[in-house]
Amino acid sequence: MITESLLLTIALAPLVGAIIAGLFGRQVGRAGAHTVTILGVAVSTALSLYVLKLIALDGHPDVNLSVYTWFEIGSIKAEVGFLVDPLTAVMMSVVTSVSLMVHIYTIGYMHEDPGYQRFFAYISLFTFSMLMLVMSNNFMQLFFGWEAVGLVSYLLIGFWYKRPTAIFANLKAFLVNRVGDFGFLLGIGLVLAYLGSLDYATVFQKAPELVGQTFNPWGTVEWAVPTLICLLLFVGAMGKSAQVPLHVWLPDSMEGPTPISALIHAATMVTAGIFMVARMSPLYELSEVALSTILVIGSITALFMGFIGIVQNDIKRVVAYSTLSQLGYMTVALGASAYSAAIFHLMTHAFFKALLFLGAGSVIIAMHHEQDLRRMGGLRKYMPITFATAWIGTLALMGFPGTSGFYSKDAILYAVGAADRPGATFAYVCLMIGVAVTAFYSFRMLYLAFHGQERFGHDDHGHGHDDHHGHDDHGHGHGDHKPHETPWVVTLPLILLAIPSLAIGYFTAGPLLFGDFFGSAIHLAEGREPLAAMAEHFGHGPLAFALHGFVTAPVWLALAGAGLATYIYLFNPALADKAKSALAPIHRLLERKYGFDELYQAVFAKGSVLLGRVFWRAGDQTVIDGLMVNGSAALVDRFAHAVRRLQSGFLYHYAFMMILGLIVIVGAFALLK
Amino acid sequence: MLADWPLLSLLIWLPLGGAVAVLVAGDRNATAAKWLALLVALATLALCIPLWANFDSTTAAMQFVERVPWVPSFAIEYHLGIDGFSLPLIVLTCIVTVLVIIAGWEVIEYKPSQYLAAFLALAALMNGVFAAQDAILFYLFFEGMLIPMFIIIGIWGGPRRVYATLKFFLYTFLGSVFMLLGLVYLYLKGQSFALADLHSMSLNLTEQTWLFFAFLIAFAVKIPMWPVHTWLPDAHVEAPTGGSMVLAAVMLKVGGYGFIRFSMPIAPDASAEYAWLMILLSLIAVVYIAFVALAQEDMKKLIAYSSISHMGFVTLGLFIAFALVLDKASPDSAALAVQGAMIQMISHGFISAAMFGAVGVLYDRVHSRQIADYGGVMNTIPWIGAFAVLFAMANSGLPGTSGFVGEFMVILAATKASLGVAALAALTLILGAAYTLWLVKRVIFGDVGNQHVAELKDLNGREWIVMSTLAVCVLAIGLWPDPLVQVMQASVEALLQQVQQSKILGG
Amino acid sequence: MIPLSYWLVLGALLFCISVAGIFINRKNVIVLLMAIELMLLSVNMNFIAFSRYLDDMAGQVFVFFILTVAAAEAAIGLAILVVLFRARSTINVAELDTLRG
Repeated sequence: MITESLLLTIALAPLVGAIIAGLFGRQVGRAGAHTVTILGVAVSTALSLYVLKLIALDGHPDVNLSVYTWFEIGSIKAEVGFLVDPLTAVMMSVVTSVSLMVHIYTIGYMHEDPGYQRFFAYISLFTFSMLMLVMSNNFMQLFFGWEAVGLVSYLLIGFWYKRPTAIFANLKAFLVNRVGDFGFLLGIGLVLAYLGSLDYATVFQKAPELVGQTFNPWGTVEWAVPTLICLLLFVGAMGKSAQVPLHVWLPDSMEGPTPISALIHAATMVTAGIFMVARMSPLYELSEVALSTILVIGSITALFMGFIGIVQNDIKRVVAYSTLSQLGYMTVALGASAYSAAIFHLMTHAFFKALLFLGAGSVIIAMHHEQDLRRMGGLRKYMPITFATAWIGTLALMGFPGTSGFYSKDAILYAVGAADRPGATFAYVCLMIGVAVTAFYSFRMLYLAFHGQERFGHDDHGHGHDDHHGHDDHGHGHGDHKPHETPWVVTLPLILLAIPSLAIGYFTAGPLLFGDFFGSAIHLAEGREPLAAMAEHFGHGPLAFALHGFVTAPVWLALAGAGLATYIYLFNPALADKAKSALAPIHRLLERKYGFDELYQAVFAKGSVLLGRVFWRAGDQTVIDGLMVNGSAALVDRFAHAVRRLQSGFLYHYAFMMILGLIVIVGAFALLK
Repeated sequence: MLADWPLLSLLIWLPLGGAVAVLVAGDRNATAAKWLALLVALATLALCIPLWANFDSTTAAMQFVERVPWVPSFAIEYHLGIDGFSLPLIVLTCIVTVLVIIAGWEVIEYKPSQYLAAFLALAALMNGVFAAQDAILFYLFFEGMLIPMFIIIGIWGGPRRVYATLKFFLYTFLGSVFMLLGLVYLYLKGQSFALADLHSMSLNLTEQTWLFFAFLIAFAVKIPMWPVHTWLPDAHVEAPTGGSMVLAAVMLKVGGYGFIRFSMPIAPDASAEYAWLMILLSLIAVVYIAFVALAQEDMKKLIAYSSISHMGFVTLGLFIAFALVLDKASPDSAALAVQGAMIQMISHGFISAAMFGAVGVLYDRVHSRQIADYGGVMNTIPWIGAFAVLFAMANSGLPGTSGFVGEFMVILAATKASLGVAALAALTLILGAAYTLWLVKRVIFGDVGNQHVAELKDLNGREWIVMSTLAVCVLAIGLWPDPLVQVMQASVEALLQQVQQSKILGG
Repeated sequence: MIPLSYWLVLGALLFCISVAGIFINRKNVIVLLMAIELMLLSVNMNFIAFSRYLDDMAGQVFVFFILTVAAAEAAIGLAILVVLFRARSTINVAELDTLRG
């Protein structure tokens, strides 16, 4: 039975851990802090898996209950409550299990950091917020979780608050997310305005009423209401899931410690947007325009962010751009109405991307907080476990047949290939190229880090060390120490994440994609079957499907990308530099990330401050204060100066004036009489 | 029985008597005077408990009514009473007064007893404003409030305090003169100063328009609305910490309360007629002032501008209700808007008090308000850093804090009325976060900025009490606003009923 | 019987003389005071004339009031004058312009 107290325990256990570790960190100590937070998250994980089992295997009906009324004004009601259906159950399990791995990993990664307790408090708080987001049964609570994860992300990116780059990055992340939330909140407002409720169940039930309603904001253009609502909500998803053009914060968020890059900026928080759109499928299914837009934006993100990944030299940034690109894949799946494929990819991606990030972190620890790929190489003999798991992660990311990434990515490709809405062809082409690009940069990173010559040990800072990637400031010099395999608290999560990265697709692809697993959680318009093409091939089971994969284009594209990377970085390293100089303009464009950062910095950041200064100096100080306030005072002053001359101080002048006045009054009186 | 006491009179006369007692105690025995002041403030706060407990939130009628003739020849009465709008504001006043007295405990060295007495008197007058049910009594308290604040800024203020006090006093005084004119007109017409009578009096549109603008000037200055806001930054910058806290937390709310008590019910048709103007001015306040805040280099000025921007939501919520109730026939959304406005007032009371309190804590140590003189405060005093981040988040409207609730309600309601209005209002999501968090970035985060910051000492117990009390209030409202909503709901509905009925005879 | 107009003209003449005394005199404050007394007397003249003409005693009662007040006023005025002279050592009207704006 899924009861209210069970769900409350799942949500609140990490919060309790966070409060203890955060407020009483000094009293409970380092060991106390990690024990209590890990315990909290472990309880959540176990119970989430139990809930998943009940929902997925035992056919437990969906649960929709409210915990308390947040406010109630007439018919408008906002509640805090939980909705547990298969979609929620999957998300809960993914969030808590990745979070648990990251908690354990953090013991090893942060063991020297003075902010140890604070860090554990933050990641537990994050787990709580993310659970509130995915378990919500209404828009208000969704927005609460949405912003709360943003807050924790802000705190964690700026965890090392002494670093100028970190506090720049966290402000940027928060503000870019706020741009998304701006649209999101307006979307919620429209939902309330047109459907009169914030509760999912009511909203989804009434959603069909929106069809045909139009909205006429500025006179000429008629907007279909569902399209407007969906696009506004999607703006929120663009912020949170870092879609072009609101993607700029995610690469910078790598300023945070690596465990949170894995947890927040790869596996869970950034997928909130994907989850949200999937959750809102009854609304999105009403608007072809919105879905087409999503499709196009997702494909642009998927391809063009992948390109940037090729030129990055910071190990974490390569993975970050890969995350952006993969988020693009998920978004495209949403745009193709293949919500289950998006959620499936979200799940597999959570595991293999967390694995890659934690692997990168493991390398960073071994290299004494060196993140530059150009100073690694040949690490495979020093850290075999990290090496092996990184290979697994990379294979899953490129979609090697049989791995989890293969099933989810193929599902997306099939769905897009079958989609017929505007933009679908463009998206399909982008994703296909993207597959090769993904394989290329993944293998490039793998080879540069683990294979080839050992480039560490000799300090040559000579070559263009100009990009501003941070170094975890643990005060270590990176000198003659040989790298070494990381402790078990680091490698254990790697191993535990490698297992689902390899195998989870094999076992879950069937039920998740083709079974009636999601039930009513995901709604498809009448007659829409985005995955029909894939179902044909999948009929013979996952193994046969994997083997069939070897005769399809995506796998060969991936292998081509991987092969090219192998040739360049394993056998002919000089070719990379040659290509770089041959394609210098493109390389520069990619290195500058298409100039988004500069544009935003110059236009929005500088522009707002400038505008503010103009408003302040010209508007407030000159016009209002200068002209109106002090101006009227000055006017009174000038008038007073003029009339003071009448006050000669001589009595006879005053008397004269009195007489004069008397005469005037009497005269006027007499005349008027 | 405690509930039978004249609680409202006590809420006014206890702190006023306390103020006199503290003055008598004098500075020779400053410690005794401080404890006496604290005791009086706490006792006043304690009076709110029976007030809240015995308050009947199912009715919009005035409660705890006390009514005695005062100047019978002009029908002026000593007439007190509260409804759902007054009660939260009175409680806010009492809480903030206690905190201000604690905050000023050892910071004020010059004539401390007079300082504390001024705050007690101020509390009495503010309680009076919120409880008065007679227009002249209201006017008396409304104007009386200026005197203690004038003294507080003028004596314990910063270097440009004379300019600031004069500006503050003249601005607000100018506004209220017009209100007095309006009230006299109403008396001549209806032979009564009782608010209930004024509410039910029928007036034609011309009369209503004149009255509406007379009240508008008075309350727009107080709240303050663009473009009559420029006194606030100056007053805040020069005021001592406690003065800023009370000014931002309670005195601004008198403006919003005035709109609810006077403008909307007395001149409903004119209010509806000019709701567009109010919405426009509110939006300018929200957007324009937010940009201005972004450009500030003085912490207190930044927070002062942020206050103006946030008060824009109050006026927006109050007047968008007209569009909702009349054009869209959606009383629930209108109630949402008015509730949002009220909650924004209460919430801003706590948040702004906290922000000014936090700046005060820093100012007491470094003696500078310039952002450039700080940096990396988190390194040396993590607790104040943590509180500052919390309150900054509340100020930028993070869900879970009280700052979110009001803005959320107003924006949701505004979307129903007009997406464009809602979009402009929602810009605060971005701009509010930008100026607040940029402030946090420059002051709290970063490496230790200079020698002063390096030598900072963390919060003492006294400051801890102030900060944590405010934090609890901010979080409590943010996590569960329903109790507050329910206290006001009956009154909000009654107000909306009132504004829907045209007061134009035969119209 | 002398007609009313004669008395009124006399009153007006007295008034004009006193006004002239105030304007033209630029030397001595005492003369100023005297001019003011004269002005009051001219008013008294009118009062009495009308009182007699209308046969109403109220006018004459008023005159007594005015006379009393004028006496008191003259006393106070002279007292101020003495103090003023002590302070400024002058009673020259042209120099007494402290109130000048």
